[in-house]
Amino acid sequence: KHYCGNRVKTSKYTVLSFLPKNIFEQLHRFANLYFLALVALNFVPVVNAFQPEVSTIPIGTILAVTAIKDAWEDFRRFKSDKVINNQECFIYSRKEQSYVQKRWKDVCVGDFIQMRCNEIIPADILLLFSSDPSGICHLETANLDGETNLKQRRVVKGFSQRVTQEALLEPEHFHNTIVCEKPNNNLNKFKGYMEHPDKTRTGFGSESLLLRGCTIRNTEMAVGIVIYAGHCPCVIIKNRADSYKKRKGQRQIGTDFLISLKILVILTLFSGHSLWNRTFEEHPPFDVPDANGNFLPLTLGGFYMFLTMIILLQVLIPISLYVSIELVKLGQVFFLHNDLDLYDEETDVPIQCRALNVTEDLGQIQYIFSDKTGTLTENKMVFRRCTIMGSEFSHQENAKRLETPKELDSDSEEWTHYQCLSFPSRWAQGPTTVRGQGGAQPLRRSQSAQVPIQGHSRQRSMGRCENSQPPVAFSSPIEKDVTPDKSLLTKVRDAALWLETLSDTRPAKPSLSTASSIADFFLALTICNSVMVSTTTEPRQRVRIGDGRDGQVKPVIMAHNNITHTSLCFCDGCTCLGNVTISSSTKALGMSLEKIQQLFQRLKLLSLSQSFSSTAPSDTDLGESLGTNVPTTDSDERDDSSVCKGPALGLTSPELCYEAESPDEAALVHAAHAYSFTLVSRTPEQVTVRLPQGICLTFDLLCTLGFDSVRKRMSVVVRHPLTGEIIVYTKGADSVIMDLLEDPARVTDSNVEKKLRKIQARTQKHLDLYARDGLRTLCIAKKVVSEEYFQRWASFRHEAEAALDNRDELLMETAQHLENQLTLLGATGIEDRLQDGVPDTIAALQEAGIQIWVLTGDKQETAINIAYSCRLLDQTDTVYTINTENQETCDSILNCVLEEVKQFHGPRKPDRKLFGFCLPSEMPSTASVDVVPKVGLVIDGKTLNVIFQGKLEKKFLELTQYCRSVLCCRSTPLQKSMIVKLVRDKLRVMTLSIGDGANDVSMIQAADIGIGISGQEGMQAVMSSDFAISRFRHLKKLLLVHGHWCYSRLARMVVYFFYKNVCYVNLLFWYQFFCGFSGSTMIDYWQTIFFNLFFTSVPPLVFGVLDKDISAETLLALPELYKRGQNSECYNLSTFWISMVDAFYQSLVCFFIPYLTYRDSDIDVFTFGTPINTIALATILLHQAIEMKTWTIIHVLVLVTSFLMYFVISLVYNATCVTCNSPTNPYWVMEGQLSDLTFYLVCFLTPVVALLPR
Amino acid sequence: MTWSVTARGAHQPDNTAFTQQRLPAWQPLLSASIALPLFFCAGLAFIGLGLGLYYTSNGIKELEYDYTGNSGTSNCSVSCQCAWYFSLPELFQGPVFLYYELSNFYQNYRRYVVSRDDAQLSGLQSALRQPINECAPYQYSAGGLPIAPCGAIANSLFNDSFSLWHQRSAGGPYVEVPLDRTGIAWWSDYHVKFRNPPLVNGSLALAFQGTAPPPNWPRPVYELSSDPNNTGFINQDFVVWMRTAALPTFRKLYARIRQGNYTAGLPRGAYRVNITYNYPVTAFGGHKRIIFSSISWMGGKNPFLGIAYLVVGSLCILTGFVMLVVYIRYQDQNDDDDDEE
Repeated sequence: KHYCGNRVKTSKYTVLSFLPKNIFEQLHRFANLYFLALVALNFVPVVNAFQPEVSTIPIGTILAVTAIKDAWEDFRRFKSDKVINNQECFIYSRKEQSYVQKRWKDVCVGDFIQMRCNEIIPADILLLFSSDPSGICHLETANLDGETNLKQRRVVKGFSQRVTQEALLEPEHFHNTIVCEKPNNNLNKFKGYMEHPDKTRTGFGSESLLLRGCTIRNTEMAVGIVIYAGHCPCVIIKNRADSYKKRKGQRQIGTDFLISLKILVILTLFSGHSLWNRTFEEHPPFDVPDANGNFLPLTLGGFYMFLTMIILLQVLIPISLYVSIELVKLGQVFFLHNDLDLYDEETDVPIQCRALNVTEDLGQIQYIFSDKTGTLTENKMVFRRCTIMGSEFSHQENAKRLETPKELDSDSEEWTHYQCLSFPSRWAQGPTTVRGQGGAQPLRRSQSAQVPIQGHSRQRSMGRCENSQPPVAFSSPIEKDVTPDKSLLTKVRDAALWLETLSDTRPAKPSLSTASSIADFFLALTICNSVMVSTTTEPRQRVRIGDGRDGQVKPVIMAHNNITHTSLCFCDGCTCLGNVTISSSTKALGMSLEKIQQLFQRLKLLSLSQSFSSTAPSDTDLGESLGTNVPTTDSDERDDSSVCKGPALGLTSPELCYEAESPDEAALVHAAHAYSFTLVSRTPEQVTVRLPQGICLTFDLLCTLGFDSVRKRMSVVVRHPLTGEIIVYTKGADSVIMDLLEDPARVTDSNVEKKLRKIQARTQKHLDLYARDGLRTLCIAKKVVSEEYFQRWASFRHEAEAALDNRDELLMETAQHLENQLTLLGATGIEDRLQDGVPDTIAALQEAGIQIWVLTGDKQETAINIAYSCRLLDQTDTVYTINTENQETCDSILNCVLEEVKQFHGPRKPDRKLFGFCLPSEMPSTASVDVVPKVGLVIDGKTLNVIFQGKLEKKFLELTQYCRSVLCCRSTPLQKSMIVKLVRDKLRVMTLSIGDGANDVSMIQAADIGIGISGQEGMQAVMSSDFAISRFRHLKKLLLVHGHWCYSRLARMVVYFFYKNVCYVNLLFWYQFFCGFSGSTMIDYWQTIFFNLFFTSVPPLVFGVLDKDISAETLLALPELYKRGQNSECYNLSTFWISMVDAFYQSLVCFFIPYLTYRDSDIDVFTFGTPINTIALATILLHQAIEMKTWTIIHVLVLVTSFLMYFVISLVYNATCVTCNSPTNPYWVMEGQLSDLTFYLVCFLTPVVALLPR
Repeated sequence: MTWSVTARGAHQPDNTAFTQQRLPAWQPLLSASIALPLFFCAGLAFIGLGLGLYYTSNGIKELEYDYTGNSGTSNCSVSCQCAWYFSLPELFQGPVFLYYELSNFYQNYRRYVVSRDDAQLSGLQSALRQPINECAPYQYSAGGLPIAPCGAIANSLFNDSFSLWHQRSAGGPYVEVPLDRTGIAWWSDYHVKFRNPPLVNGSLALAFQGTAPPPNWPRPVYELSSDPNNTGFINQDFVVWMRTAALPTFRKLYARIRQGNYTAGLPRGAYRVNITYNYPVTAFGGHKRIIFSSISWMGGKNPFLGIAYLVVGSLCILTGFVMLVVYIRYQDQNDDDDDEE
C-alpha cells in the first residue's frame, strides 16, 4: 500500500500550472465568465463592436490583478511550506543502524523517529518509547489549539513493559503490526491496535498519539513510529475543512447584477436596428455590405446587431466591482486591525480578522448569540465558597480580598513594591539553581519559571521584553490566592490531624465524621483533576520507583552526591525532598553538607520504617532539624492579614505552577492549596499531595475517567496510601452528581440515613444559593469500592479501552458503572467574574436593536443571575422560564406564554406553577401601567430538544420575537448551533455568534459572523471564527462603529459602482439613436476602457475605505443608528433603483447638452465624444464628492488626481497616436477641444445641471 | 483607553491619525447661510454668461438653401448644373464660411466608420498595396487591384461642387467670388494624419500606380485637384470628408471667403451659387443644403448654450428663493440651523 510522504504542500499552484489553474478558478465566478463570453463574441467579425484585441483588456486586467494577488498569496504559502519541509528530525535508518538527521519531507509512514525535548513533531506519531520512566511524554499543543498547558501522552499500553529501551533504539527488532483507522479530522478521536508477533492485540487511542505540530516538553527523548504523514495528519485535515458562507450582501449584489443584465437586454432590444433599416428602399452609401458585397437579410442583421449591442453596453455591468469590493474589504480590515480601541493591552493582542469578506455584515447584525463563560465573564475562576457535609463556609475574608486586588490593580506602584520584596530572594537563588543543569539541558518551559513573578508585577512593568509569549494559562494572582475561611481552617487542621492518626491506626470502615469528610473533600479537590504540576526547576527527573526499597533510597543518595555542584536534584515524583521550598530555603541559609547528610540519613530511616512506598519528612521536620526558621506550614502564614498575601505566597511556594485544562480545576487546586492540601506532583500512576502537616501522601492512581460534556463529571480512582482503600473521587455538575448519590434509603442505619438526607438537602440548598449568586457549582463526592469490585471493573475497563469498535460507548458505560452510589462530600462555588464593560456593551447593543441570546451550558440559576448582572435582563422584566421534557406541555406552555405576551399590558405576574419553575419577577406595584415591562425567556436544553423534535420551532421563534433576550441554559454545543441555524434560516436575519471555547465552535461556524474571544480556553474558537477579539466590550465598537462604517461604505460604494456604469453606458446608449443603432461609439475605445479602469476606479475605493458618514463618537453615543444597517437602508432595491434613475437622468443631461450644443455643426464623431467623456467624468466624480460625507486630504487628492490624470493621459494619447487606433484616430482631438471655448462652457454647464437635483 | 507609550506591546497598532481614522476631515454641511448666497451668485453668474452667449450667437448670420431638389421647391435635380440666386440687403459680416450640409446621412454608422485604412492614408507604402480588411468590400477592385483610398467612407466622397458669383449692381455682370478651398481641414489632419505616398520620379500618378480608384469615383485620387499640395490623400475636401461626422445631420466646411474684396465679408448685392449636382441622396431620404455662415469666438450659430445658461441661472435663483422662504419659515418654527441640500 502506498503512503504519501511527509512533504506538505499547501500552495495551490506550481510555476507551470499556475496560469491554467488560476484562470480556471477565476472563471468560476459568474461575472468573469460573462465577460469572457462577451470577449469571445467580440472576436466574431460580424458582430464585433470593438476591436477584438481592445475588448480583452478589461477582463484581462481584472484577471491579471486577481492572478497576481493569488500568486503572491501562493508564493507565501510555498515559502512557508519550504521552511516546514526542510526542518530537521532524526529518522532511523536501516543502513546505518542508527538515527540520522533528515528533513521533514523525507519522513515516511512507518519510520521510527526520535524526538528530543523542545522539538516539533513532524508527523502524527504513535508514541512507543519515552525517556520518562513512567512512559509519559509531555506535549505542548500551543501550535494546535493555543493551550499552553502540558498534555500527557503515554506509550502504547503493554508496549512499555514488553519492549525495553534497547529494543526500541534498535527498531530492527520491531515486528509488530499496527492497524489504525483512516485519518479523520477530529483531533481527539483516534483508535487502533497493535498486533504483536504472538498475535495478541493492544489497543491504543489518542492518548498515545503525538500530533504533528506539537512540541515535546519536559521529556528527554521520545521514539515513535509515524502513522500519518504528509497531508494525512489530523491537524492538516482539520484545517482543510473550510466552510464558505454566502453573504447577504453578495446575494444582494447578485440580484443587482441580474437587474443590470435585464436593463441591458431591454436597452439592447430597444435598439430596433432592423426596424430602422427597413425604412430605406435601397441601400444608402453608409450601409456597408459585407466583404462579398452582399447585404445581410434584415432579421439576421438585426440579430447580429443585437449581439453587437450587448458587447457595446456590457460596461453596464461593473466588471471591476468584485475586485474593488475585495480591495475595499482589505482596506477596511486594515483599519479594523489597527484600531486602538480594539486592542487589548494586557495580552498585547489586536483584533484578528481571519475572514476578509464579512466586514460589511458587521453592520447588519440582528441577533447575537453569546456564550456566557469566558465571553461575558472573564473565565478566571475564583474560589468563593464551599459547603462540606452540609455546612457552609462563606469565605468572607476571601470575598473581601477579592475586592482589594481591584484597587491594587489601579495602583501598580504598590505592586511593583511587592515585586521588589519577592523578587531578589527568588533571583538570588535562581542562578545557582539553574546553573548546574542549565548548561547541559535544553531550556524547558522557561516561561513557567517567570509566571509567578509576572503575576505580581502586573506583567507590563517587566517580563514583556524577555517574554513575548503569553504566560501560562490560569495563573493570575486573583485565582491563585485564596484566603481561607477561618472556621474552616481550624477544621482542616483537625482533619489533617485525623489523617495523621489514620496513618497509625488504619481504621477499616469509612467514617462519616466531619473531619474525615473535610479531609476527603480537600483530597478530592487536589486529586480529582488533570492538573499538571510544573516546577520552576526542570527537568523533572523522576526517580524510578517500584524497584524495591533499595531502589528508592539509591537515587536519594545520588542526589546527595550531586548536591555540592548542582544545588539540589529534585525527585518530586518520589519524595518530598523534591519540593524546592526546602531546597531554596536551605540553600539560602547556607546549609552545610553534613546537615544534609544527616537529613538523608533520617530520610532513609523514615522511608524504611514506614510501610508506604513514599513518605518523607515534612517541611517542619526539616526546618527544625536544620534549626532555621524556614517558612513553615503555609497555614501559619495565611492567618496574616489578607493584603500581604501576594508576596507571602510568592515566597512560600513560587515553584509549584499548576497547569490545568480548565480554569475551574486550577481554581479548585489553588483553593485546596490555600488549605495546605498541596498538589505536589502528578504522574499517570501517582499523585502526591502534601498535607498541612507537611506529610506527603502519594496516591496510586488506578484509573482516571476524564471529563466529558456528556457525563459532565470526572472521576479518579486512587488507592489511599494510608488505609489502602480504593476510593473513587468524583467531581461534576451538581445535577449529575445529585442523581448518582447513594440512596439514603438503602443505608441500614437510620441515623446515618437521616444524616445523609440532611446533608443532601442542605447541600442542595447551598447549591441553589450559590447559583443564585452567579457562582459555578461543582459537587464533590466519593465512593469506596472493594478490591474485588475494582478488579472486575478494571478488567472491563481494560477491555473497553482495547476495543476498536464502539470504544467510546463502552468507555462511557464502564464509567457509568463505577460512578454511582456516591457519597456526597460537599460542593464548591466558583465565581466567574464579569468582564469589564459587559453591561454597557449589552445595553448599547440592545439599544441598537440587536437581540441578544445567551447560550450557555451552565445552570439555569447561574445563567439568569449573570444575565441580570450584565443587564441582559432587567429587574423589571418579566421572565418566562420553560423547563419541560414533555412535548404536549411544551406546546401548551408556548401557546400560553405567546398569548400572554401578545396581550401584554399592565403588570402581570407570570404564574407557571405547573410546569417548570417560576421566577419571581419583581414587578414594582407602583409602576404605572404604561411602562410595559419587557420579556425575557429562559429555556433549557431539554426543552430545546423537545422543541426541535416536536416541530415547535415556529411557535418558539414567534415567542422569542417578543422577547428582549433569550437565555438557553444547559445547552450542548450541538443545540447551540441548531438554535443559531434555526434563527438564521427561519427568520432570515444576520446572526453573530461569539464564544471562546471549543464548545462554541459549532455555534461560531453556524452563524453569519463568528467571533472568537482569544481568552482562556485555548484557540479553537479563534481558529474557527471570522474575527477574534480579546474582550467582549470590544464588540461594541466593532459592531456599532466599524460595522456601521463598513456596511455603509461598502453598500454605498456598490451602489455608486452601479450608478457609475449605468450612467456611462447610457451615454453610449443615447448615441445609438443618432447612429442608426449601429453600435458605434463616439468615445474612443481606449478612453472607454481607461475610464473604468483608471479614471474612476480609485475614488470609489478611497470612498469605500475611508468615508465616515457619521463620526465614531456619535455612533457610540446613539446605538439606534445601527438600525439603519439592520434594515439594509443603505443598500436595498429602492436605493438601487433611485441611483439607477439618477444615473439615467445624469446621462441624459450629459449627452443631450453637448448634443444640442454641437447640433448643426461640422463636429466629427470623436470630437463630439471628447466633451461628453469629460463631462461624464466630471459629473461622476462630483457625484462621488457629494456622496462623500467626510472630506480628508486623501479624498481631495484622489479626486483631483483622477481628474487631472484624465486630461494628461488623453492629451498624451491624442498627441502621440497618429494611426494607432485605426478607425477612431483620436489624433489631436483633445488638443483641438482644449483650445475651443465652447468645450469649457459645455463642460462647466453640464455637471451643474446634472447634479442640480441633488 | 489609557495606554502609555513606554509600555507598548509588539502588536499594538500605531496611533496615527491615518490608522485610527482620525484624519482631519471636513464635512460639507451646507447651512442656509452658505447655500443661499451660493445659489444666488451662481444663478447670477450663469445668467450673465447666458446673456453674453445668447447675444453673440444672435450676432452670427446664417444663410442656407436646400438644393436637394425632389420636392419641387428648387430648381435642382439629379446630376446636373443648377443655380441658387439670393441677394444680400447688407454686408454679410466676414469671415464667411461656406458649408454644405447633409441630413439623414449616418456617417457615424458603425460599419461605415470603420471602413477606412488610416495607415494607407498616412502614406504607408505597404498599406497602399494591401488595404486592411475593414475596407471590404471596397478593399480590392473587381480587377484585383487594391483600392486607394479604400473603404466605404472614401467611396462615398461628397462630390458636388459650388461656385459663388456676385452681381455688384442690378443687371451687372456676375463676378466670381474667390473661394478659399485650402485650410478647411484640420491642421493636424492635413499635415500629419494624411500623407501622400512617396512620389515616384516626382510623379504622384506613378506612386499610385497599381491601385484602383474607389468604384464610385470618376477619376483616381491623384487627379482630385491640379494643385500638387491639394491632391491625392491630402486633398482637403477629401480630408474633411474622411473626418466622419458625429450626427446624421452634419455640415462640412466647403470653403472660406476671405480673399480679394471679400475679406470683410460678402457685400450687399445679388449672388448666384452654381451647383454641380452629382451626389445622390434620395436613397436614404436625405437633404442637401448649402450654408453661408459667419462665425464668432464661440463657433457657429447656436443659441442653445446661451439659453441653457439662462435657464440654469434662473433655476438657481428660483431654488434659492424657495429655499430662502423655507429657511425663514423653518427658522420661525424652531430656531435651529439645518443643512439644506
